[in-house]
Amino acid sequence: MRYLPHSDLEIQSMLKTIGVEQLEELFIGIPENCRLPRALDLDGPLAEAELLRRFQSMAAANAADDSWSQFLGGGYYDHHIPAVIDHLISRSEFYTAYTPYQPEISQGTLQAIYEFQTLICQLTGLDVANASLYDGASACAEAVLMSLRCGRNRTKILLSRGVHPRYREVIATYVRYLDVELIEVPLRADGQTDEKLVAELLAADVAALVVGYPNYLGVVEEIDALAKLAHSSGARMLVAAAEPLAMALYRSPGELGADIVVGEGQSFGLPLTYGGPGVGFIAARQQDMRSLPGRLVGETVDKDGERGFVLTLATREQHIRREKATSNICSNQGICAVMVSIYLALLGKNGLPQLARDNYSRAAYLREQIAALPGYSLPFSAPFFNEFVVSCSQPAAEVLQRLEQQKILAGISLLDDYPEIKNGLLICVTEQNDRAQLDGLVSALNGGAA
Amino acid sequence: MSAIGSKGLILDENLLFERSTVGRCGYDLPVLDVPATQPESGLLRNSIEGFPELSEVDVVRHYTRLSTWNYGVDSGFYPLGSCTMKYNPKINEVVARLPGFAHLHPATPDHLSQGSLRLMYELQQALCEISGFPALTLQPSAGAHGEFAGMLMVHAWHHARGNKRHKVLIPDTAHGTNPATAALCGYEVVPIASDGVLSVEAVATAMDDDVAALMVTNPNTLGLFETNIREICELVHSRGGLVYCDGANLNALLGACRPGDLGIDVMHFNLHKTFSTPHGGGGPGAGPVGVSESLEPFLPIPVIVKEGTSYRLETDRAHSIGRLRTFASQFGILVRAYAYLLAMGPRGLKKATQLAVLNANYIRARLEGSYHLPYKQRSLHEVVFSDAGLPNDCHTLDIAKRLLDYGYHPPTIYFPLVVHGALMIEPTETESKQEIDEFCDALIAIAEEAKTNPHLLHEAPINARTRRLDETQAARKPKLKWDSRVG
Ligand SMILES: Cc1ncc(COP(=O)(O)O)c(C=O)c1O
Repeated sequence: MRYLPHSDLEIQSMLKTIGVEQLEELFIGIPENCRLPRALDLDGPLAEAELLRRFQSMAAANAADDSWSQFLGGGYYDHHIPAVIDHLISRSEFYTAYTPYQPEISQGTLQAIYEFQTLICQLTGLDVANASLYDGASACAEAVLMSLRCGRNRTKILLSRGVHPRYREVIATYVRYLDVELIEVPLRADGQTDEKLVAELLAADVAALVVGYPNYLGVVEEIDALAKLAHSSGARMLVAAAEPLAMALYRSPGELGADIVVGEGQSFGLPLTYGGPGVGFIAARQQDMRSLPGRLVGETVDKDGERGFVLTLATREQHIRREKATSNICSNQGICAVMVSIYLALLGKNGLPQLARDNYSRAAYLREQIAALPGYSLPFSAPFFNEFVVSCSQPAAEVLQRLEQQKILAGISLLDDYPEIKNGLLICVTEQNDRAQLDGLVSALNGGAA
Repeated sequence: MSAIGSKGLILDENLLFERSTVGRCGYDLPVLDVPATQPESGLLRNSIEGFPELSEVDVVRHYTRLSTWNYGVDSGFYPLGSCTMKYNPKINEVVARLPGFAHLHPATPDHLSQGSLRLMYELQQALCEISGFPALTLQPSAGAHGEFAGMLMVHAWHHARGNKRHKVLIPDTAHGTNPATAALCGYEVVPIASDGVLSVEAVATAMDDDVAALMVTNPNTLGLFETNIREICELVHSRGGLVYCDGANLNALLGACRPGDLGIDVMHFNLHKTFSTPHGGGGPGAGPVGVSESLEPFLPIPVIVKEGTSYRLETDRAHSIGRLRTFASQFGILVRAYAYLLAMGPRGLKKATQLAVLNANYIRARLEGSYHLPYKQRSLHEVVFSDAGLPNDCHTLDIAKRLLDYGYHPPTIYFPLVVHGALMIEPTETESKQEIDEFCDALIAIAEEAKTNPHLLHEAPINARTRRLDETQAARKPKLKWDSRVG
């Protein structure tokens, strides 16, 4: 029991101080009929070496090694993670700390989160951001609830069909038993949210219009026009970014008129880890500050007048008014938010836009090559970022299966989420895909060897 | 740290933005080996106003310095009640970073993700065995997220039966997330008073045809086992309701009691507490939820199923409450929790619980004469004192801040709300007798200082990096981001 420090002698001496003879006597608070009369039936204990072997063998059963080339995106992106990040967040003062309830000895976490909030504001072009939410989809659902709080008697949400399908599902879960109606807005033939339909559907009882940035199909939406429409009927413009790196290339959602911006921060320095943990972010305008869900870090001074940081506006949280809280968030994604901050700090004002431009160029190159192949076409003409949809002449699943033989994960089939797109395949490119990989995919799609 | 904690070489550090120097960058991109192209210029952003420009070494120094202003479990004793801050084994970090786990994209087809699916399935089975529930979801991202999943399932269960119940009973010893969760699910919260432990009568009085569920924390936030839980479950069931158990304090029950055996219908785990995953100054957590057979159809999707020797994620479930996050789980946290579980084994887990309870009771015995103990019942893994009777206008906050001077993270303060001026101490099993003795010595010394030199308490902390911070000002004039114009 390597994690348990007590010697038998110490246990005896402690029991004596307490005034009992046996450890078992400490459990008299648990009635006899609530006790487990047998030992748990579990594996272990395992020594560290055994544990390592067991986990290595499970990890080896995943297709996650360098022999694969992959073009999977759809909300989680394979970017290079600078070595600095793991090194810094492995400092145990960061990762073994709790939520900073005692600010005097938590200034490291508090300042790092304050910087995270600032970075998210700068990136999204909005005024306030919180200290993170669980992930992109749950943040999006929290933002929908927030728009309902802001727009008092409004009970409808317009949800673009371009919003990440999983985000839409999670929103539906969150409002399942509330008096809220979700209305789907279809996409136009070019892949953008149908503005005309938005105009028709907007009414005085719509709390928010939710649109992707770019949308799930990789298409860049006309946020400014949509925001004008939403505002004209008093609704909030809510923008959901699955790949926030796009914000380093394209005009910020805030500048385009978004009121609330949410997204998944995994792109900024977090490993893929089969989809979690990631980090949800949420930013809003000043007017909605008190409706923001979750933790906020604010600047203040100490008794000597020195700058310091504290968790603040706690009256919105579950500590005080409990059932009137803006959300039930308690743990958020603290260390993941710090990882995002380190990443953004490293790349900074010049590196991040450069990365976004390069990824755009790589995606554009691949898209053009594939479009030139017989049997593949591009259904959407609107601007895109790092992902794009290809219509195949065969079912996407067959194409994927064929390429798997060559150790290529070529993309995500759109059959279940967008059956209206004929044999749709969503292909994603990042800086991890060099030209050899891109050309290899093109040749494999064309029936050749990778 | 037996003497008063001393101030070492703690370097000052400005904000990232204040350290920025035009033209620096801490990252190099791979050569662009395809032609550079640009989207149409009308879409493009000019620059990211205010974003920092730093070299790699700037960034490394910045965060290294910030880290020295923090206190973590590896720095010392962290007796935050209800938060279960136990030691985080280092091998957990190693296995979570195995490339086969860390580099796996969530859209990888099931047949190429068998290692991760197997791990999740096995962890799920183990948690079912530990808790006594027949079915479980690993999907929720934290305890409160698990509460939300659980209460939605309660809602769905009633809905499927055509019940229109709109109230949820919550004892005064519950965690603050419980009422917030119930409200989030559209329920009206009805508080019930308890006398430390919830009585059958109190539930009987409050229970009517409008009550969908009772939400009870067990052991509760006073560290007390809900001794009437079996009878309470029977009563709630007999009147058509369900029982939700907040299982955040499961550290007190491993191998001793299985909530699922007691009649509880649904319970969340806080893996980051009971199963030793690091909390990271705010998160991430993971909040699996165990359910009874009757709630199983409502589990969130995806559900992991085993067929023969292979595993897959199932999404086609007619009665599911739906999806709670983008992908299947906080997988990296699950890896750590499972590593802990296997390292401990059944004997180790039971021993952990015994020692956690031993430590809490030892603290209670050592501090009983110095601090007021509002509940006399034998507590399990945590013990709650109060500031009642302390002289010279010394209060809980002063004790907490003075503890910083002694080199300790303070206990949870002013919670649970049923105890005025509460000090909620949870040592966990990974603290040795020496550590605990030194901590008790410090608290006893502080009680003495309250009598003889209260000034020390009111002025505390004097040895921490910052003096007492003005939280009122932070809330009155919220400043939530750095602004170049204001500085
Ligand atoms: C009793 C109890 N329930 C629920 C929670 C919420 O868990 P989480 O912070 O993981 O959301 C906590 C966390 O502090 C707790 O102590």
